[in-house]
Amino acid sequence: MVAPLLADLGATVYTQDDPTFPEGVAAIHDVDLAVSWHSDVETVPTLIRVVAGLETERTVGWVRDEWRRITGDANLGADLPAFRPGCGSLSVDPDRVDALRARFSGHLLKSRRIELADPDDEMEMLFDRGFTDGLPVVPPTEARVLRMLEGTNRAADDLVGVVPPDLVELTVEKVAVNAVLAGCKPEYLPWVLAAVEAVCTDAFNIHGVLATTMPVGPVVVCNGPGTRAIGMNSGVNTMGQGNRANLTIGRAVQLVIRNVGGGRPGEVDRATHGNPGKLSFCFAEREDDSPFTSLAVSRGCSPTDNAVTVFAGEGPRCIVDQKVRTAPELATVLAACLRTLHNPKLVYGFDTMLVIGPEHARVCADAQWDRERLIAELHERLQLPGAELVYGAGGIADGVPEQFRDSTLPKFRPDGILLVHAGGNAGLFSAMIGGWVNGEMGSQPVTRVVVP
Amino acid sequence: MKVLATRVLLDPTGERSLPIRERLPRPATLSGQVVGLLDIHKPRGDIFLDQLEQLLTDAGAQVRRYQKPTFAKPAPVDLRHEIATQCTLVIEALAD
Repeated sequence: MVAPLLADLGATVYTQDDPTFPEGVAAIHDVDLAVSWHSDVETVPTLIRVVAGLETERTVGWVRDEWRRITGDANLGADLPAFRPGCGSLSVDPDRVDALRARFSGHLLKSRRIELADPDDEMEMLFDRGFTDGLPVVPPTEARVLRMLEGTNRAADDLVGVVPPDLVELTVEKVAVNAVLAGCKPEYLPWVLAAVEAVCTDAFNIHGVLATTMPVGPVVVCNGPGTRAIGMNSGVNTMGQGNRANLTIGRAVQLVIRNVGGGRPGEVDRATHGNPGKLSFCFAEREDDSPFTSLAVSRGCSPTDNAVTVFAGEGPRCIVDQKVRTAPELATVLAACLRTLHNPKLVYGFDTMLVIGPEHARVCADAQWDRERLIAELHERLQLPGAELVYGAGGIADGVPEQFRDSTLPKFRPDGILLVHAGGNAGLFSAMIGGWVNGEMGSQPVTRVVVP
Repeated sequence: MKVLATRVLLDPTGERSLPIRERLPRPATLSGQVVGLLDIHKPRGDIFLDQLEQLLTDAGAQVRRYQKPTFAKPAPVDLRHEIATQCTLVIEALAD
């Protein structure tokens, strides 16, 4: 529509796909779209005023008043309508944008390049080099890593933390490379960054979590409205398979520890059995209909924050009571099962994450029990007589020293029960996840707000 | 001849280049050596190390004892430095 005007504008005209267009104008063919890319052109036509080599003004599409103002021609396009929106630029065409970004921004990536020749099977190469957790990974090409980095406002060379066990400085770029391997979408990257940052704190102590013979790994619980926005699962089968966001966020965290930190099974990772959650263990809290304040809010976040909490945990174990109808009954069965955590006679040294299913939570809601009430009722039921816990008592060797025979000992420290509401609608079930050595001597749960 | 096309992937690792350190030669005798015994703070590690201390002392070594604050974390840098500067040999004990 604007083509007839261009000959008389005195402007430098670039054309994207057709060097003969517009007719009668000596247009420069932006054949590789470099000018369009570097000028951030998203719409054609785009009119840019350049003074002394610097852009001073631009307008996109056809806005007659704007074109007249920028060109200084008060009569420009008198026969044309006042406004037409224009079309999408080829430089932002979804089929081309990844390749363009790789071509024009690939140099910003600092990671070492690994070249594959034609006969190489890239999937096999990734296994052979030890970059995978035992499952296939997505090959981290420049285009994919750059697209991943579009998921965050942070710069690629921004430092995220220092990753044990090798104590390697970790950049946003390296997290993005591993997020690609894991199969993440770009919008998951801020969650991966927050989880990795939380894991790499002294408080969480991933070195110890990795090195222990116990079967623990980072359990990542996600909170906030963003969990819905990125499609996380907090409902049916929330801790199981089938949801890309849940699975790949948790997997990316583990791949960062493996690949950047150098934490591999049989090396620093000395787990006797491990658990399948060490591939990935990440889920969202079911907040919408929860009778409890969320885990993140209980740990100091606001309800509108997006946040991750990492907990050094083993696999989940189901707590079944399909007859329970009152809150005291629920607390009693939960406590009876929690008592057995790791060993019925081991106390205070391990925390638990207690995932209350919606049907069990409904029992609490009916009784107007909130988070604090349920946790208090659990602690009350988990004050254990020392005589049952001392070494040898009940025919079980482990336990506590004889000096505690006449004491009453709590199964959990005061903040040792992390309550989460999650799961599908049906099933009077909850789940408990055993922790690792807690406190300053071991691993503390860590919560981090997710930043875009 | 077919020209091999190349594809490029990014290295997901920490890209460390490890310095190769030669092991010190094995000492000819324990006599006169200062041997550090590092207790990593696992239960009963002290029982094992007490036995070792006796054996080493009998062999003419001088023994110094150290302990990590917790077995769950790496030895603090200061502790490692202390051992490195005070001892000629070190034995790190794991026990349960």
